[in-house]
Amino acid sequence: MRLEPVAAPGLARTLGLPALAIAATVVVASALAMLAGANPFATLGLIVKGAAGSKFAALETLNRATPLIFTGLAVAVAFRAKLWNIGAEAQLYAGALMTVLIGTQMGLPGPVAIPAMAIAAVLAGALVLLGPVLLKVRLGVDEVVTTLLFNFIMLLFISMLLEGPLKDPMGMGWPKSEAIPRDARLPRIVDGLRLHWGFGLALISAVVVWVIQVKTTLGYEIRAVGQNPQAARFAGIPVGRVMVKTALLSGGLAALAGFSEVAGLKGNLTLDLSPGFGYTGIVVAMLALLHPLGVVVSALFVAGIFVGADSMSRAAEVPTYIADISVATALLFMVLAILLTRFRVVRG
Amino acid sequence: MEIFDILVSASFWAAVLRIASPLIFATMGELICERAGVLNLGIEGIMVFGAFAGWMAVYAGLGLWPGVLVAFASGALFGLAHATLTVPFGLSQHVVGLGVTLLATSSAYYAYRLALPEVTSPPRIEPFQPLDIPVLSDIPFLGEALFSQTALTYLAFATVLIVALVLYRTPLGLALRAAGENPSAVEAQGLSVTAIRMGAVMVGSGMMAVGGAFLTMSAFSSFFFEMVNGRGWICIALVVFGAWMPGKALLGALLFAGFDALQIRMQQTPLGADIPYQVFLMVPYVLSILALVAMSRRAEVPAALMVPYNRGER
Repeated sequence: MRLEPVAAPGLARTLGLPALAIAATVVVASALAMLAGANPFATLGLIVKGAAGSKFAALETLNRATPLIFTGLAVAVAFRAKLWNIGAEAQLYAGALMTVLIGTQMGLPGPVAIPAMAIAAVLAGALVLLGPVLLKVRLGVDEVVTTLLFNFIMLLFISMLLEGPLKDPMGMGWPKSEAIPRDARLPRIVDGLRLHWGFGLALISAVVVWVIQVKTTLGYEIRAVGQNPQAARFAGIPVGRVMVKTALLSGGLAALAGFSEVAGLKGNLTLDLSPGFGYTGIVVAMLALLHPLGVVVSALFVAGIFVGADSMSRAAEVPTYIADISVATALLFMVLAILLTRFRVVRG
Repeated sequence: MEIFDILVSASFWAAVLRIASPLIFATMGELICERAGVLNLGIEGIMVFGAFAGWMAVYAGLGLWPGVLVAFASGALFGLAHATLTVPFGLSQHVVGLGVTLLATSSAYYAYRLALPEVTSPPRIEPFQPLDIPVLSDIPFLGEALFSQTALTYLAFATVLIVALVLYRTPLGLALRAAGENPSAVEAQGLSVTAIRMGAVMVGSGMMAVGGAFLTMSAFSSFFFEMVNGRGWICIALVVFGAWMPGKALLGALLFAGFDALQIRMQQTPLGADIPYQVFLMVPYVLSILALVAMSRRAEVPAALMVPYNRGER
């Protein structure tokens, strides 16, 4: 078989194929539910209900989507420049660490503490990604593996701090930090509803990233470097410097996920702060075709699957990992569907 | 002084071979994929699934060697999914690889929960037992260090030999290497780049799964979540460190396992007791990064690595 470009793909192709990818994912999820001995329609119904069936469920989905918007944006920005940042998990924890450090150690009043925590988080996340990117730009060391390995190093580092200097003396022996004071937490968007301003910050970040991409020189340079680094260099774009700027932006965005989880939701730092938000961010970004505003939509979709599956597994005997499989399947089907909107398969 | 005592103990060297074994299988698997031109980031998840599949097969009563085969087959199946998307369709090997890792990992966890819904701790299986090689295992020191391993460890070393022989001494190996260096030349010989690359990814993925199965079937005799713990990513670094050559990659795996065995033993010394254990656990990951940095200038990357091949397109 061979791939042949489709000259002018019709609407049926550009919308139908991605819809087919989602449909195929639903089929896979149904098969998984049947494997578990459950009724697939009931299972899917419970997932949808658990994700959006009530005000409580919908707010839970928005809360879960918040860190995914940040990590999704971090990945989208980096992948656009073909900078393979697989280390959003490490950058998230770096942001969470700085948030807790500033929040618990400095004794700043709330209105000062919140921006200070956010800025420190962004700087820390940017710094964590700077290492691998400098190794890539200066020495040609592949950043996929280095950023991946940094995730493990960072988690061990946090574990060390949580069992050492940062350990909460009142924590009953659990490795967790002290909580940041109430007035340094992110306020709720609407009083009485469990949705904090981290979500608002995530939406604002998505718009800012979108503006950077379409309206600024940096956005143009990032696209040029991603499409063809040789051509970009020939056109006088400082490829290395653009990579570094992209990395700072990407690492900072991922760190905001950690900031928002600590300051908006959890209050303290633990080793299970992120159940893989950094990795799921890759799926979120790819499903959004690396578009910053699309990231918001796909983060809501992915968060809905996870929240819905959590709620479903309490009612039906289907393990929650059905969500992880569905998300991975959706990713693989979707990249294939997107390819087939532009190419057709011919024999020979 | 303590380091010296550790280095002259036979049990240390036995541990080096044991720790190296899963890395050797998976590194050879990744090496085959990359020599054919495909970066396989599915490695981490495929190792998880292999660890689960082999263990589950033995738990279900299939026996140890059939368990290894089951693990290999499961890995090859994920390899087929990876190869289908990355070779004929030429999709991003980064994205597909990470997707396969997510898919394989979550599939293993899902299957685990389905198979054992009620358990709080995973059941143990009867793992591979150490196999003393006649005569050789009676040699003082060396016998205990090298020739009292499980059958899977011997198989790991045999795998390196087989991979090296096939790569450098057979027409198949030549075709595979050419597919990773100059695919149009392969096509000019009347061979199919697609078939070679897909085959390489399937066999390589099978080997990764056997590497994972070593953990459950020879090392820990049980399946735990997160037991692979980044070993797959380390193997990718080992392939680079070994400059895409089986012998050098083996050397890298042994060196790496040596440092790992050393840090485990250092933790128990008086000096080690003063240092947080997390520092020791960081050693493998830091070493992998250092290995990549050390080789960055000299590594000879297969020319067509990560370059999809679409016939009739120049």
